[in-house]
Amino acid sequence: MTPILEVENLKKYFYTSRGVLHAVDNVSFRMEKGTTLGVVGESGCGKSTLGRTILHLLDSTEGKILFKGEDVTHVDRKKLGKLREKMQIIFQDPFSSLNPRMSVSETIMEPLILSKRFSRNEMEKLTGQLMETVGLAERLYHSYPHELDGGRRQRIGIARALALDPEFVVCDEPVSALDVSIQAQILNLMQDLQEERKLSYIFITHDLSVVRYISDEICVMYLGQLVEKSPAKELFLRPLHPYTKALLSAIPIPDIHQKRKRILLKGEVTSPINPKPGCRFASRCMYATEQCRQEQHLQEIENNHFVACNRVTEIN
Amino acid sequence: MDAWKTTKEEERILEVENLVVEYTSDKEVIHAVNGVSFSLNKGETLGLVGETGAGKTTIAKSIIRILPDPPAKITAGKIVFDGQNLLELPEASMRKVRGRKISMIFQDPMTALNPIFSVGNQIAEAIRNHEKVKRKEAARKAMEMLELVGIPAERYDEYPHQFSGGMKQRVIIAMALACNPELLLADEPTTALDVTIQAQVLELMGDLKNRFGTSMILITHDLGVVAEVCDKVAVVYAGEIVEMGSREDIFDFGAHPYTLGLFQSLPSLTGEEKRLKPIGGMLPNPADLPIGCNFSPRCPYATEQCRKEKTGLTEVREGHYIRCFRAQKEGDK
Repeated sequence: MTPILEVENLKKYFYTSRGVLHAVDNVSFRMEKGTTLGVVGESGCGKSTLGRTILHLLDSTEGKILFKGEDVTHVDRKKLGKLREKMQIIFQDPFSSLNPRMSVSETIMEPLILSKRFSRNEMEKLTGQLMETVGLAERLYHSYPHELDGGRRQRIGIARALALDPEFVVCDEPVSALDVSIQAQILNLMQDLQEERKLSYIFITHDLSVVRYISDEICVMYLGQLVEKSPAKELFLRPLHPYTKALLSAIPIPDIHQKRKRILLKGEVTSPINPKPGCRFASRCMYATEQCRQEQHLQEIENNHFVACNRVTEIN
Repeated sequence: MDAWKTTKEEERILEVENLVVEYTSDKEVIHAVNGVSFSLNKGETLGLVGETGAGKTTIAKSIIRILPDPPAKITAGKIVFDGQNLLELPEASMRKVRGRKISMIFQDPMTALNPIFSVGNQIAEAIRNHEKVKRKEAARKAMEMLELVGIPAERYDEYPHQFSGGMKQRVIIAMALACNPELLLADEPTTALDVTIQAQVLELMGDLKNRFGTSMILITHDLGVVAEVCDKVAVVYAGEIVEMGSREDIFDFGAHPYTLGLFQSLPSLTGEEKRLKPIGGMLPNPADLPIGCNFSPRCPYATEQCRKEKTGLTEVREGHYIRCFRAQKEGDK
């Protein structure tokens, strides 16, 4: 089966007055239809830029994006419009991603209007159905975002993304702004929708317990580069890259009987502007040697478990 | 209600009794804190856990009296710190307590620092406000504090925008600890930080706490952080403490339906992946609280009685309190 999405050596550079910022650097992966690919990493690692570049919200600097086997790296406006019906996004902040002057129904209906495929009656009916699908009460049809809490606003964002029946959705920290009890409601909803509609998700988050819960496979990013990719469970059982190990050991667990050894990282994340060649994690890595100044490549260490670290076999 | 009666009186550093805080607007009265009582001993860390809008920050701000009045008003209660009721102190004396004996770390390190003063100056200012020292001496001490939190003293003259989020939060911690306070109020001190940086900051706070014997109230919604650093935990819901006890009481024997709901909504990092069990519904409107138990509209076990009557805290085991009719009936459950 053709993968729903393939990304090959994707790069996104920003040219700033201080130099070239390597936001996404040589990222390659593929994902199958109906699965969820989690992307984790700390703020500034390029995970959101990756999602936005895939959706053409940002233009890629180099590399290839294939959607259902078709090269969509460079598309004209008309084609982009069609493509966007199939590739959608749910944003992080349900407080700033909704237009305060549009009611719930207007927001959800907007993509339907833009598609020019439906009559007024059909659109109203569809909007009602979408609201029901995401669990928004009918009485909120004419409400405005400021009248609603975060969980309900995020439901509007989901309904809007699903309006034109996409196949692929980038979810950019969709639950980070929500309280845990509401977060669980939204995660369950997203899983149900995935099952019903065979959706494929790229799920971007910095919350590692959420990503383990929702993903089939996980990509770990550090300063624009993909450092490890593995099936979700496997990653938590056997992290191989030193950064992944430190990241996983740093999560506080809500259980007072589990004692773990924490790997404390020294120093801070280095700047992604004009990075030196070689491993970008080396300055904070306890295993770093001369060898780490060379370019690192993603290699398949175990079945479907990729790591970008020259010393991976030595240190594990 | 006298929480943690067993502890000796002389170790007690803070005692909050029946605190009530209201916010008044033209239209309505918002009941933010409704009769909260707890106490804290020297060297202990108490975690205040709950969702956004539960009243956690309001409780902390009441303790150092920095709530904006109007609209906020402390309408009842006592806050006894070192034998003094802080609510009765004149403002001038209160200024001597703030920053000197009790200091507060705010959630967002990006906005808590003044962008037009160097970080060193801001720490030195806190010292000079409370101690009669020369400018030079204050600067020297500020440098010491920077080193203490892992920032090289050479960066004394740099401005907040030159620091990363984690470092800014450490500057704020340095400032809060500059005068060796007896009590530290930390309002979500690591929420804005990445996990690896959070781990560094928590480690640092624990280390400083052990070294100086500072007592701490840690406000957070992250049960993982609580498990790691707190001795005691109070779960806050709609302005009330619904469950309170030692760390073990809450994590192993937590029994209030809301506490259980919080744990069940968290995805596990280790166990089998089960479907999450969210708490249905949402926080009640604090201007229009239910007649009965505040949690009853969302509680899967609510009975007629729960919807009609309020209930107090019941001690189910020594030092473990639960605000629930079921707890009373079933005893130790």
